[in-house]
Amino acid sequence: MIVRRTVRFFDERIGVAPKLRNALRYVFPDHWSFMLGEIALYSFVVLVGTGIFLAFYYVPSDANVYYNGGYAPLRGTKMSEAYWSVLKLSVDVPAGLLIRQSHHWAANIFIGAIALHMVRILFTGAFRKPRELNYWIGLTMLALAVFEGFAGYSLIDDLYSGMGLVIAYAVALSIPFIGEDFAVLVWGGEYPGATEFWSRLFVVHVFIVPVLIAGLIAAHLSMITRQHHTQFPGTGRTESNVVGSPMWPTYALRSIGLLLITAAVIFLLGGLIQINPIFLWGPYETYLSTNAAQPDYYLGWLIGGLRLMPPFELQLGDYTVVPNPFWFGAGFPLFVFFVLYLWPLIDKRLFGDRRGHELLDRPRDNPRRSAALVAFLGWVALVMLAGATDRVFFRLDIPYEGQIWFLRVMVVLFPPLAYFLAKRYFEDLQARDPHPLRRWTGRVVRRTDDGGFETLDATDGASVAPSEHEEVAQGRSSTPTGS
Amino acid sequence: MSRQPGKVSTFLVAAVVRLLGKRGEKREQRERARERERQRELERRKGMSQDELDKLREEEQKGRPGVPPPARERDVGASGAVFGGVLLALLLATVAAAGFIVFYVAFPDTQLLGLCIGLALLFLGVASALAGKRLFPREEAVEERHDFGDEEKRAEIEGILEESVEGVSRRRVLTLAAGAAGATIGAAALMPVTSLGPSVGARIRQTQWSRGRRVVDEAGRPFRPEDVPIGAFRTGFPEGGKFDELDAPLILVRLPWDEIQVSDEFKRFMPDGVMAYSKICPHAGCAVSIYRHPLYEPTEPRPALVCPCHFSTFDVSRGGHLVFGPAGRDLPSLPLALNAAGELIAASGFTERVGPSYGGVRKGPDDQPLHRGEG
Amino acid sequence: MRRRVGRLLARALLGPPPGRRRLPRPVRVALALLSAGALLFVLAAPSAGDRDRVLAQAPDADTERAPLPEDRAPLARTPATEADRRLVREGRRLFVDGCSTCHGFDARGIADRAPSLHGVGALAADFYLRTGRMPLEDPEDEPRRRKDSFYTAAQRQAIVAYVGSLGGPPIPVPHPERGRLSEGAHLFAVTCAGCHQIVARGGIAPHAVVPDLEGVKAIDVYEAIQIGPYVMPKFAYLTPAERDSIARYVLWTQDPTDLGGWGIGHIGPIPEGMVTLFIGLFALLFTIRAIGERTTE
Repeated sequence: MIVRRTVRFFDERIGVAPKLRNALRYVFPDHWSFMLGEIALYSFVVLVGTGIFLAFYYVPSDANVYYNGGYAPLRGTKMSEAYWSVLKLSVDVPAGLLIRQSHHWAANIFIGAIALHMVRILFTGAFRKPRELNYWIGLTMLALAVFEGFAGYSLIDDLYSGMGLVIAYAVALSIPFIGEDFAVLVWGGEYPGATEFWSRLFVVHVFIVPVLIAGLIAAHLSMITRQHHTQFPGTGRTESNVVGSPMWPTYALRSIGLLLITAAVIFLLGGLIQINPIFLWGPYETYLSTNAAQPDYYLGWLIGGLRLMPPFELQLGDYTVVPNPFWFGAGFPLFVFFVLYLWPLIDKRLFGDRRGHELLDRPRDNPRRSAALVAFLGWVALVMLAGATDRVFFRLDIPYEGQIWFLRVMVVLFPPLAYFLAKRYFEDLQARDPHPLRRWTGRVVRRTDDGGFETLDATDGASVAPSEHEEVAQGRSSTPTGS
Repeated sequence: MSRQPGKVSTFLVAAVVRLLGKRGEKREQRERARERERQRELERRKGMSQDELDKLREEEQKGRPGVPPPARERDVGASGAVFGGVLLALLLATVAAAGFIVFYVAFPDTQLLGLCIGLALLFLGVASALAGKRLFPREEAVEERHDFGDEEKRAEIEGILEESVEGVSRRRVLTLAAGAAGATIGAAALMPVTSLGPSVGARIRQTQWSRGRRVVDEAGRPFRPEDVPIGAFRTGFPEGGKFDELDAPLILVRLPWDEIQVSDEFKRFMPDGVMAYSKICPHAGCAVSIYRHPLYEPTEPRPALVCPCHFSTFDVSRGGHLVFGPAGRDLPSLPLALNAAGELIAASGFTERVGPSYGGVRKGPDDQPLHRGEG
Repeated sequence: MRRRVGRLLARALLGPPPGRRRLPRPVRVALALLSAGALLFVLAAPSAGDRDRVLAQAPDADTERAPLPEDRAPLARTPATEADRRLVREGRRLFVDGCSTCHGFDARGIADRAPSLHGVGALAADFYLRTGRMPLEDPEDEPRRRKDSFYTAAQRQAIVAYVGSLGGPPIPVPHPERGRLSEGAHLFAVTCAGCHQIVARGGIAPHAVVPDLEGVKAIDVYEAIQIGPYVMPKFAYLTPAERDSIARYVLWTQDPTDLGGWGIGHIGPIPEGMVTLFIGLFALLFTIRAIGERTTE
């Protein structure tokens, strides 16, 4: 009754009924891996909610204060007001620490989910026409999310984040030709920068980037509804239809369930597992640093690269064109994102396939693409490994310098090796696992030794080797296959 | 009353076996259904003519043959167990959420709060997902896709755009003028951005160190050579300076004379073997806070200063010479001297640029780095 | 042939292709969880030495040894009583047996092998023997903390007395309770964190592993500050009050206030990233696998 009235109220005023009707019958092709993006979306919801709470407490200021609160190890310690405000939030505000930790876990999960989602898109060829635009939007969101995460991590001005921020400053400074001006512009002066820097970082973190991401999410989703999802090949699925569950009731309920469970996982982590215990790290000063310091994991590939890079700076006379941190601090991520942005175009050229695709490939359906992705993404992961070399030395006693040299060599050797192995693997899969399209059924007519013919019922493609029935197959059927 | 672990484990094993068994059964059922479907399809095709089969094949090239997917029915109308499960989950969610409120008021412990709100969301989520998957009738729907790309409309657009400007003469000039105006306004709008920071100028090359400035510790006490015993490291700052700027902090170490392998000229600025290096790594700006000083030289690594971020390693016996790691330059050193009171002072400013590298880091008129080479 | 080699390699690296002798799913899930857990453990959990130490913390009179009362403290100078002389003689015998290969019969060291022990005092002998750092198998090795001291408490006392009789500082008496926690935290940040990590979870100085300080005692902190074992600097300039504060902070880090819950190693992002991937995202992948369909059929 209430439903009917509400719908009527809005329909008579702004005419929602046709749209709503369509929305309720919107069809989602059902595959679990399509929900990775939803995890990212729902973590973003949690991020916004918890972030608003945090923003109400945070003070973007580098003014020196002395802590006088309830946390003994830091009592009487000099610190910036920014750090002080987060310390107070974590120690004194009820549920403050829960919300801060949940925010941080949500950010970690947000970026991880986007990355997994992207891997799914890449391996199944979902970036192909007509979805290049949406792929680029998604990729932009990944870049923004990583930047946003780093900005949030840096706001606190604790020992770990300060060390991260000074590295960011060094990377900004290392940009060829414009580095000095650029860094000074962003920081409002030389590091540690002007007081305004903290307002800038704060505004970037709580307003500019979130709004950009929210806008891109809106574009991403509206483009999806316009184009509909892709789908895996299957019975009754063609390039011109979409088969799956309608929005209401089943898909909506399950998706709401996923929203709630995503939030649940985040809050359970936030309440039970300590993340970024800034009260243990203490405040940052430029002359302080700690062993085992790392950026958040989604920047592990940059610290890994910075460690791997040999001591080389490109010079022209006495002018330093490319300072060392640029190679892996800026050049490497730029290169990785450049390749990812170009991927749809590379793919088109490589496979000469410019048609639109609504049906997805499975990774094995295109072994070359899949192998190239394994090589490329694995290469990035390899560099990321270098970010943990110090802990590997500490834990497993494998000498640090040896590890670095090994990884320096592997950075060169890994991609071709991985490509070769992965291609074999996917080809192997393809050969072993009958693809629905290649699975022959029907009658096979075969010449017998005495010159006559015999007819075989080959309902199962596996029972007849492909070469034997090429010439005589009468029909080709899509037998549902277990996969 | 003693627990009987045997019984519990038997129960657990039985439960697992039951669950797995059920899965297996379901899989078998599905397989059988598939097989039946396949047989039907085969029968259908047996009656087809060659043309029909060809057509079918053509369709297959695009996707899969147009057999409508069977409406899969399952557990519609909710078995009592599922209904009960959903209800229980909702109840538990209520309890957990109430727990959050109670703990927030009475005992706001992070772990308890997180557990309560997490479980509340979890149970609610499970209820919703379970309802969506098992309680409500599930159907498989098919929607047709629309092809995008409408040539007619595109032609119309072109027409509209072109027709509307026909008749205006010298369009090229107008376009150019408009472009110029737009670009200039854009540039003007960008100007305020440049005022975000001061211009770099020579600022980045200047440091707080100059001849005669005393080296002090965090509390402002000046250092004497004996405050830096062999094997220790100290952190020094320019007296009265801004300690938090990158050019301020020094790391002071001391070595016996016979271990210092630098030019004699360089040695003159190491009173009693005390040497001062910038504490800021010339790679990425972290504080160089690892001092590796062997207790017994013959069997242990050489003395070195190391940055804990990317482990650039600088040999202190060779004047901060880089021996491993990514730093593109050696660790800048500050020439030291003693004042009349026997305190450590800067003999001059830094002779090399301090902090992470940038374009002009290696040049400058006042730049005459001391020769570190072997003495 | 080449093809087969490639296939074998691929299988060895990537696991068997689906459809062939695949492990049942529950087993695979369990394996994945186990290996994730192992990885997490490897990078986040206390080091091997610590696990041993946790065991060693069980009531064990000689590891829990309090500073000796004045009259029984190992001697810094010439032995005074007959009992002391006997102790030194016993220590000298043990020293010749176990230490002289490197340090020489007269404890004056052997060139390029081991340093002289004249002047290091009972302090150093106590530190190296009690923490299991000495004796070393190979003089080139990094002396590491070991759970089981090579010698019994009585034997150690004898050797410490002998080395102490060669001159040098006595075993210090720590008073961490007199220290100020916040001063200790700051001093630790300036002086120690570069190597030992800010919560004393250990780290590296290339070519050397820096031990974590979980389970060390106040006396160890005092002695290490004085000695600068292996490649650690000697912080002899620290005042006794500052040493008290640092010791107090070190003891505090062994059980820090984990307001946020499970501390996952107290080293920050590496274990946090693993929890994100192997607990958070794993749980969510499991969720979508359970509520989503698998319709590639």
